[in-house]
Amino acid sequence: MKTRINTYATLLILLAMAGCSSTPVEEVVEQAPTEIENTEVTTVQLEAPEVEEVAVETDAPTVFYFDFDKALLKAESRDALLEHAEVLSSNSRAVRLEGHADERGTREYNMALGERRATAVKEFLVMQGVAADRIEVISYGEERAAVYGSDDEAWRLNRRVELK
Amino acid sequence: MNLYRQLLIFLVGLSFANTVFAELVIRVTEGNDQPTIVAISPFELNGMRLSEDIGAIVEADLHRSGLFQVTPRQDMLAFPAKPKDVYFRDWRLLGAEYLVVGSMQTMPDGRYELEFSLLSIMSQRIQFTHKVRAPADQIRDLAHSVSDKIYKSITGIRGAFSTRLAYVSAIREGDAQVYRLYVADADGARERLMLESSQPIMSPAWSPDGKELAYVSFETGRPAIWRQNLTTAKRQQLTNFKGLNGAPSWSPDGTKLALVLSKDGNPEIYSMDLATGALTRLTRHFAIDTEPTWMPDGKHILFTSDRGGTPQIYKLSIVDKSIQRLTFQGNYNARPNLAPDGRTLALVHRAENKFHIAALDLKTRRLLALTETTLDESPSVAPNGAMLMYATKSGARGILAAVSIDAGVKYMLPAKRGDVREPAWSPFLR
Repeated sequence: MKTRINTYATLLILLAMAGCSSTPVEEVVEQAPTEIENTEVTTVQLEAPEVEEVAVETDAPTVFYFDFDKALLKAESRDALLEHAEVLSSNSRAVRLEGHADERGTREYNMALGERRATAVKEFLVMQGVAADRIEVISYGEERAAVYGSDDEAWRLNRRVELK
Repeated sequence: MNLYRQLLIFLVGLSFANTVFAELVIRVTEGNDQPTIVAISPFELNGMRLSEDIGAIVEADLHRSGLFQVTPRQDMLAFPAKPKDVYFRDWRLLGAEYLVVGSMQTMPDGRYELEFSLLSIMSQRIQFTHKVRAPADQIRDLAHSVSDKIYKSITGIRGAFSTRLAYVSAIREGDAQVYRLYVADADGARERLMLESSQPIMSPAWSPDGKELAYVSFETGRPAIWRQNLTTAKRQQLTNFKGLNGAPSWSPDGTKLALVLSKDGNPEIYSMDLATGALTRLTRHFAIDTEPTWMPDGKHILFTSDRGGTPQIYKLSIVDKSIQRLTFQGNYNARPNLAPDGRTLALVHRAENKFHIAALDLKTRRLLALTETTLDESPSVAPNGAMLMYATKSGARGILAAVSIDAGVKYMLPAKRGDVREPAWSPFLR
């Protein structure tokens, strides 16, 4: 099958060349069938490119913080996320975005809030060209605190999305 | 006589110390202003040796309700076991309004029988005489049923001492946490471990017959809803969708489970037919819709939504899908839990940056804050509507606490170790 396609291709190329040259058309047409009948067509297989995919590493932060009851990406998260998006576009790694909330408010609402935050990060990455199906979003709500304590600082550090 | 009494008090003290409140310990912090004074004369044992002091369990039950003050045993002049042995005058002098007397015996089949009477000291008459029987290993159940009977006779409200409590415990062990789901008696005693996991466990919910729990477990690496039979410990995974699988709530007839799934993009309320597993989507909004709870009619669901900009409570008709907002005071009202009267709605309310438990009267629209602490959540009303259990923080630790529906009575159930949270008060079990 492959050979046949290549044969037709050669013929087409010859026809095209014939069209472009000043040689009378009749001659070429006469020669072509005989040549094709006798010629063994060699097909050239393209080698797989030997370019090595080196996963680009980044030391950009992998934790992104949010305001209370909010899922808006902060301006300060942008640069790091752009860097991650670039790295992710250069490899085929699957990522997991874990959304979290601080301990205030109710647990199931915080589950929803954690998911909303992780989804906000996902949407940003997708907008930068990362395939959506490579990103898994999971919320832990307030069930997995990064920092224990009931003060503003602990709460700030717990309202987060972790890229893994 | 004096020596005999001292010896007896010593023995009573000993049995108090032996009482096994393994994980949760009760501390009553606030009681009713004018509690009814009840004296429980230690029950006559007729030579039986019991592992628990039944009278002491009844005293603790009544005391915990906040409506009663218990006459200390050391003040009693005598320990009558039968109404005919009661000298009313003695008890009147002690200020007791009611007296409970009783006598135990072993039945031919090995079960225990307690015949007890409630006497009104004022009117000098027997309110009732009643017999309860239980196997020897169910002394605490027997005691709680005595408390239920006394409570009902004096207050007119069905007692909820024989009910149970499901809750989640989290204990840090090194860098990891261990999550456990427990079921204990309503007084925190006799806790039984239902599930242990290195991944979070959340949102326990009782089936209306009190035989099963539904909950969220992350044991697969993702949240999923499970149901578990409490007697057989048999479990079944009910959901495994992408995204949230949460907030299960059993319908009053036990045939359906309301739950939250975000498989279609964002959190929505669904109803699952437990016989077929078929799902019906009940909400359709880009906001967060969560924490569904059924109304007693089985036709309405209350839930939390931030569709108005802040989390508020809404009422959904599953018949015509109409939705009505119920809360308007403040910028955070969530996790509705309806009292059995169908009118008092317990919820989490934010005021001045503090998260309290509050009760909203659905008729008058009056909102009453029931707690003053700052990180209160997960209200769960007792099946008799008298009190509710909730989770709060004491120092750095998560503890359970209870408050009466009129805010007058409070007690705490801190765990011996770790954090405890998400109390779910069982329905009446018999």
